[in-house]
Amino acid sequence: MVGAACALYATRAGLRAVVVDRGPVGGGTTGAGEGNLLVSDKEPGPELELALLSGRLWAGLAAEPGVGESVEYEAKGGLVVASASEGLTALEGLAAAQRAAGVEAVPVAPDRLHDLEPYLAPGLAGGVLYPQDAQVMPALAAARLLRLARTAGARLRTGRPVTQVLRTASGAVRGVRTPHGDIHAPAVVNAAGTWGGEVAALAGVSLPVLPRRGFVLVTEPLPPRVRHKVYAADYVADVASDSAALQTSPVVEGTAAGPVLIGASRERIGFDRSFSLPVTRRLAAEATLLFPFLERVRALRAYQGFRPYLPDHLPAVGPDARVPGLFHACGHEGAGIGLATGTGHLIAQVLTDRAPDLDLTPFRPDRFPDTSPAFPGTSAAFPDTSPEEGP
Amino acid sequence: MTERPGLVVIGAGPAGLAATLAAAARGVRVTLVDAAPEAGGQFHRQPGAGLGARRTRALHHGWRTWERLRDGLAAHIAAGRVTHLADHHVWCVEGARGAFTAHALLGPGQEESVAVRADAVLLATGGYEKVLPFPGWTLPGVVTAGGAQAMLKGGLVLPGRTAVVAGTGPLLLPVAVGLADAGAKVAALVESADPRAFVRHARVLAAHPDKLAEGARYAARLARHRVGVHVRHTVVAAHGTGRLDAVTVAALDADGRVRDGSERRIPCDSLAVGHGMLPHTDLAETLGCRLDGTGVAVDDEQRTDVPGVWAAGETTGIGGAALSLAEGRIAGLSVAARLDSRAPEPGSYAEAAGARAGLREFFAVVDRVCAPPARWTERVGDDTQVCRCEEVSAAAVREAVDGLGAGDVRTVKLLTRAGMGWCQGRMCGPAVAGLTGCPPTPARRPFARPVPLGVLAREPDASP
Ligand SMILES: Cc1cc2nc3c(=O)[nH]c(=O)nc-3n(C[C@H](O)[C@H](O)[C@H](O)COP(=O)(O)OP(=O)(O)OC[C@H]3O[C@@H](n4cnc5c(N)ncnc54)[C@H](O)[C@@H]3O)c2cc1C
Ligand SMILES: Cc1cc2nc3c(=O)[nH]c(=O)nc-3n(C[C@H](O)[C@H](O)[C@H](O)COP(=O)(O)OP(=O)(O)OC[C@H]3O[C@@H](n4cnc5c(N)ncnc54)[C@H](O)[C@@H]3O)c2cc1C
Repeated sequence: MVGAACALYATRAGLRAVVVDRGPVGGGTTGAGEGNLLVSDKEPGPELELALLSGRLWAGLAAEPGVGESVEYEAKGGLVVASASEGLTALEGLAAAQRAAGVEAVPVAPDRLHDLEPYLAPGLAGGVLYPQDAQVMPALAAARLLRLARTAGARLRTGRPVTQVLRTASGAVRGVRTPHGDIHAPAVVNAAGTWGGEVAALAGVSLPVLPRRGFVLVTEPLPPRVRHKVYAADYVADVASDSAALQTSPVVEGTAAGPVLIGASRERIGFDRSFSLPVTRRLAAEATLLFPFLERVRALRAYQGFRPYLPDHLPAVGPDARVPGLFHACGHEGAGIGLATGTGHLIAQVLTDRAPDLDLTPFRPDRFPDTSPAFPGTSAAFPDTSPEEGP
Repeated sequence: MTERPGLVVIGAGPAGLAATLAAAARGVRVTLVDAAPEAGGQFHRQPGAGLGARRTRALHHGWRTWERLRDGLAAHIAAGRVTHLADHHVWCVEGARGAFTAHALLGPGQEESVAVRADAVLLATGGYEKVLPFPGWTLPGVVTAGGAQAMLKGGLVLPGRTAVVAGTGPLLLPVAVGLADAGAKVAALVESADPRAFVRHARVLAAHPDKLAEGARYAARLARHRVGVHVRHTVVAAHGTGRLDAVTVAALDADGRVRDGSERRIPCDSLAVGHGMLPHTDLAETLGCRLDGTGVAVDDEQRTDVPGVWAAGETTGIGGAALSLAEGRIAGLSVAARLDSRAPEPGSYAEAAGARAGLREFFAVVDRVCAPPARWTERVGDDTQVCRCEEVSAAAVREAVDGLGAGDVRTVKLLTRAGMGWCQGRMCGPAVAGLTGCPPTPARRPFARPVPLGVLAREPDASP
């Protein structure tokens, strides 16, 4: 997703872009996650600013002829609910801070919750409505944005793993090597998501991107019953958490195609692809607490993906001071779909030597201590190249 | 469930039954779980109780084998060594070495779940039919070969009065004969493979005089019913408004192209199509078992690479009822020995192992000769539906590949929804792979059956 957005905005900024991927379009985490474009789950700070910028850009793209439907863009809004009064106090505190940062956040009294979501469980303490939350279908969004970029002149090279980042004698980037030949360019953008650390290592720098596993449950197709993205207030705490242990508190959302998506769990256990019944059991339990009617609805499948995360939960966006010509746009964790447009836009600005709309200092790729031993340069074998599962 | 049986067998077809009998006879407590109302699997499918089943016997060959399995099972059940849980649909098996839990939904409603615990698991879930689309394949009146057979065996309903049987592979013969025996007029048997290709494997064939004799018996019975057999032919389209009323059949040249002017229209009201079978591997994959091609990988003793999990029969590869029986027996003997911390004595299963080796060799040849015809995808028109659950056309799949950069089944699925519906791509998987131009990759399906969220959410009842 992020690579597609970078290519689109770079092309529109007048650059000639080539998108190189070892797999097909959407073959990474983008095809194995969900497409929530959320501001509601972000605390004030640089990530929220990026989310607000991205939200405006998504809305702009969706308004272009044919684009909104083709990516299944829906500005449906999010509803965060609290089951008890302590949770509600914390939620309202967060909402107040978010409002100060430019987020629309409307408190909803307990007796009004069912006007918004008629099938919600009774007895909740209250909630906050976030009209700016939206959604897209991620794989379609990546494919369609790439198609827009290609119409504007970008080229797409799928099925080509980058095996080396080519450098000049002075150390500047001059392209990439693939088994199908070299591709020359004065700038290389690393948008390799969860594998961004490996691509950085090919350029001789460290970037500690790690996988954070998530499961999503998909139900049988249903008539529309869940109108917003609905989740319990603990979700925000989970997202910002540093704990490696399993966390759930799923977002429940209807999709244009009918199925309800319930996700996602968060665990840090490396690239473990084995199925976990206990994790999906937790997701089901929490979703049926929010929406009791789901008890009798069938889950058709579950899938998992690996979010790309950096230790401070902020992505790496911008030029790498260590290698001239190398840019990073990866590590967006559980928000890479939402943050893709802002990221692409900012990358296009710095690629064309313009001042970026946001201060990129918090996103500096070289902000982490050098962990070279863990990422032993170009010899780093790719520990995980198997395709993601996806819905 | 308070008992803790040694072995849970999932699937009561020839493989599961043979394993159950072999293990129970050696003192293992077995719980046999199967989705069908009665034991028997695909081959020995039983007519539903209450139907006038006078023809049952005529429809089953291998009747004596079936009687032996059925009576053996009844004896073990009576002696309390085996519990048979019919109408139990296993949606997930979890666990690891020595402690497994099979979760099964009950009965036709499938709204409640029970947990069956065991020290060892045998997966004997058989296979499902491979379906390839062609123009008109979604018309009412078009059924799968197995579907026609199941209707004959299970419900004793004749699917139509004038039938055409088409596709490729050895299943077409019993289906055509079964329909004709039951009184249908079989207008044609259309086989896309060239039987002369078998000549290249004369050595393997010569080692299986029984299989040749079986083929000859079918040929004789088809001749007696005056069924026209067309080899190197294919159904290029099914016709009808609202219902099937005819098919167009054409000859294929050596490159798999339709021979000019060879098209012929055959009136019929049912068409049974089969392109072979694919192994059911959902439960195995969720347990983490390695696959070998499309089937579950097993060793000499039918053990998978996950300790405590065995697999036998068509879940490991397609090869007919006799092969499933042999594999099931070996698995049952191995489980009995291994649960007792012994290696099975090779002598105890030498005969079954011999049969297994021969049958696997034979079916490898069948597989090669009876592959779908080359260029079949070219005959799938843009407006032909490929995924029925999500109503995805061939054009949409082609657009995802050519226009949007999809290169594999998974991405096509994400971009078109093909394979996301109720059947989870079991039906359209091979077709999508063919149109995408890539090998069919097994899709991981953590739930072998759709499971209500309320069931999934509950911890299974704690039992010892
Ligand atoms: C369960 C789950 C739910 C999620 N829900 C949401 C959500 O609701 N909203 C949201 O915004 N985000 C969500 N996410 C996160 C989101 O999916 C990711 O942040 C996002 O997809 C990352 O996009 P990306 O383009 O950076 O990475 P990817 O989509 O992984 O793309 C990276 C690409 O790089 C390629 N690549 C890697 N190495 C090489 C190489 N050496 N050479 C060539 N190509 C290479 C890969 O093949 C891949 O295609 C979720 C994630 C998960 C797992
Ligand atoms: C139309 C047709 C004609 C055939 N004709 C012949 C023939 O003439 N000669 C021959 O040798 N072979 C024939 N066969 C093949 C034969 O039926 C199979 O080889 C044989 O049945 C395979 O045995 P099995 O035990 O491996 O699997 P199966 O017989 O398929 O049994 C599998 C069992 O597992 C159960 N099961 C699957 N999944 C689950 C689950 N999740 N939960 C609970 N239960 C589950 C199913 O209900 C089924 O009862 C024919 C097959 C077909 C379809």
